Amino acid sequence: MNKLTSKLKGNKLAQIILLVLYVLITSLSLYLAQASVTAFLLLLFSLLLLYYTELPDRLKWLIAGVVLIGVIPFVSSTGPGYQSYMEVATVVGIYVAMALGLNIVVGLAGLLDLGFVAFFAIGAYTYGIFATGQAANFMPFGTFPLSGESFWIFILIGCFVAALFGVLLGIPVLRVKGDYLAIVTLGFGEIIRIVFNNLDKPVNITNGAMGLASVKPPEIFGYQFVYPNQFYFIVLAILFLVILAVRRFEFSKIGRSWKAVRENEIAAQSMGIHLVRTKLLAFAIGASFSGMMGVVFAAKQTFVDPTSFTLLESITILVMVILGGMGSVPGVILGAAVITILNLQVLTEVTNYLNQLSLDGVISFPEALAPAKMQRFIFGAILIIFAIYRPQGLIPSKNPVFDEESLKEGSKKHRKEKITVEPDKGFQA
Amino acid sequence: MLAEILQSLPQVLVDGIALGAIYAVIALGYTMVYGILELINFAHGEIFMTGAFIGVAMLILMTGMGWLAAMPAILALILVLVVTSILTGFMGVGIERMAYRPLRNSPKLITLISAIGVSFLLQDLVRFITEYKRGNYILTGPSMFNEQFSIKFSSISSSFSDAFFKTSTLILIIAVVIMMIGLDFFVNKTKWGMAMRAVAQDRETASLMSINVNRVISLTFFIGSALGGATGVLFAVQYGTIDPYIGFILGLKAFTAAVLGGIGNIRGAMAGGLMLGILEMFAAANLQLLTGGIFGAEYKDVFAFAILIVVLIFKPEGLFGKAVTEKV
Repeated sequence: MNKLTSKLKGNKLAQIILLVLYVLITSLSLYLAQASVTAFLLLLFSLLLLYYTELPDRLKWLIAGVVLIGVIPFVSSTGPGYQSYMEVATVVGIYVAMALGLNIVVGLAGLLDLGFVAFFAIGAYTYGIFATGQAANFMPFGTFPLSGESFWIFILIGCFVAALFGVLLGIPVLRVKGDYLAIVTLGFGEIIRIVFNNLDKPVNITNGAMGLASVKPPEIFGYQFVYPNQFYFIVLAILFLVILAVRRFEFSKIGRSWKAVRENEIAAQSMGIHLVRTKLLAFAIGASFSGMMGVVFAAKQTFVDPTSFTLLESITILVMVILGGMGSVPGVILGAAVITILNLQVLTEVTNYLNQLSLDGVISFPEALAPAKMQRFIFGAILIIFAIYRPQGLIPSKNPVFDEESLKEGSKKHRKEKITVEPDKGFQA
Repeated sequence: MLAEILQSLPQVLVDGIALGAIYAVIALGYTMVYGILELINFAHGEIFMTGAFIGVAMLILMTGMGWLAAMPAILALILVLVVTSILTGFMGVGIERMAYRPLRNSPKLITLISAIGVSFLLQDLVRFITEYKRGNYILTGPSMFNEQFSIKFSSISSSFSDAFFKTSTLILIIAVVIMMIGLDFFVNKTKWGMAMRAVAQDRETASLMSINVNRVISLTFFIGSALGGATGVLFAVQYGTIDPYIGFILGLKAFTAAVLGGIGNIRGAMAGGLMLGILEMFAAANLQLLTGGIFGAEYKDVFAFAILIVVLIFKPEGLFGKAVTEKV
């Protein structure tokens, strides 16, 4: 095995051939055996293999694009499981974007946010209220529900409203010490849920615990998005933008100051980093991703109610970040995919299987132990185990390493005249 | 409006003190651990919840074996309280040993994450043990101490109405007072208490003074968890029905109480708990009246968190705490 990997290392052609073979085999098996969830998961797994190849980044993006846009929708399209596969893929995309948002807050800026789902709820309700007749209860002008074409604007509006709430929450909270933040955000998440649950009086804004039903589906030039396979492409497009933004932020000045604040607030402050502003920006940007996906979620489900936004959801997103690796973009994507698939597919499948076994009388299996109910146990265990044994996560984050010599060379070339540096006299005395 | 508020005030006070007493004891657990480790022990609310379940399980078991009828109820309660607090105390020590001690030198964020993990794990563990044994995870304990009493506030002034309470409320308040006085004595007057205060002040120096820091931390977890577990039993006797998710929100509010009183300050936590309990009951009873029906009693949790945020903004060191400046 070791021989094989050492041979593969450095041999790009072999890597490409193996990857293409893998994708072909898994696609073919999915194409032929439509009901096989395993084949679908194995096909998704090819993206992880792609990450570990040594191809140039552009080629990797290209291959990932081909697999996500072309191969996956195409090979799963022929069978009866098409919509359910696409549903899983869409939900994975939504959670990946949220986990990337939380990754900025927890992973890069080091602020523990336990009420992250609140921003998702805000995004979902922003679209939900205006895309149903609900808004007519309090808006003095306009006709509601708005048409499905407004969805595209609402992605931006949801983004801004969530960011606004992020800032509003952050302003009072970020002035206090770090550990209180966890408690306050936890409280905030609960407050948002309670408020949405009760805001049906005195003015009926959110329709309370009944929720908002029949949210208008998105529409463009008369073409309606109703099915998961259509939402899949919307989510993919937004996800692409989110990943792009996160990568750009991470290695920019603001990204470096987030990391500095995470490592040591006081040292960062003495380097001239504005603490509150930096943290607020992390909060706002993280929240905005969640808000965008909230809008998509509302449109996809066509139903919004407060039970979708519980504490368990916040913790689930946190588990994704911790499992994948705090601060690491590929890690968080992996973590979100693993947890979502575990939630949606694996746990329910295993439960069905065990139920079947106990029905057949092979084993006696108590209902209380059903894996689908054990999410809290599994997530709790993941959090503890990863905190103790692998705090850097599955794919640890990497900082770019700069070669000092070549940097100096480069800067010398750019300089018109040579600047000589003198030792500081003050330090010698 | 004022007359109506006055009318209900005696009942609000009685209920508020009962709830506040529970908050106060749980807040003690938070504040002791925070004082010594600077860690928010998220699992503390779950220890309280586990205590409630152990207590109810014992009471049900004793009823089944006919012991509860055979001995005086108060003796049975004391027995249950002692056994439960020992069990939860050891549970707290175990949690510290497994989930926090390996992380003592890692970043605080990681320890907090581990604490949340423990909290979720415990919730589900209790959920499935109860559901496995009983088929339903919501438990109702045997009814004890249900005699109603009333204090005739109306005889003092006609603007008050009478306050009603059960015997269990009285027992709850007495037990909590005994626990608080005992803890206060332990921390301030005994050798181990002095060691605890020393470790809270400066762990390294304390260890140089031949204090076994690990043992003191274990002891702190034992006492905090034992008190939390005992309060769980009292909670179950007072309110009757329990489920595995009561610990989280209640723990959150108890933490609010700890912050209100100044975190790390034991007497502050007691005062903060009582204040929060009374304020919350007041809000639950009068919010609808005060806001003209816009906000109802369902906003009482929001009210508690609003207090937390206001305290953190204006007086982050709490009402009775001292402001600490961080040394670089």
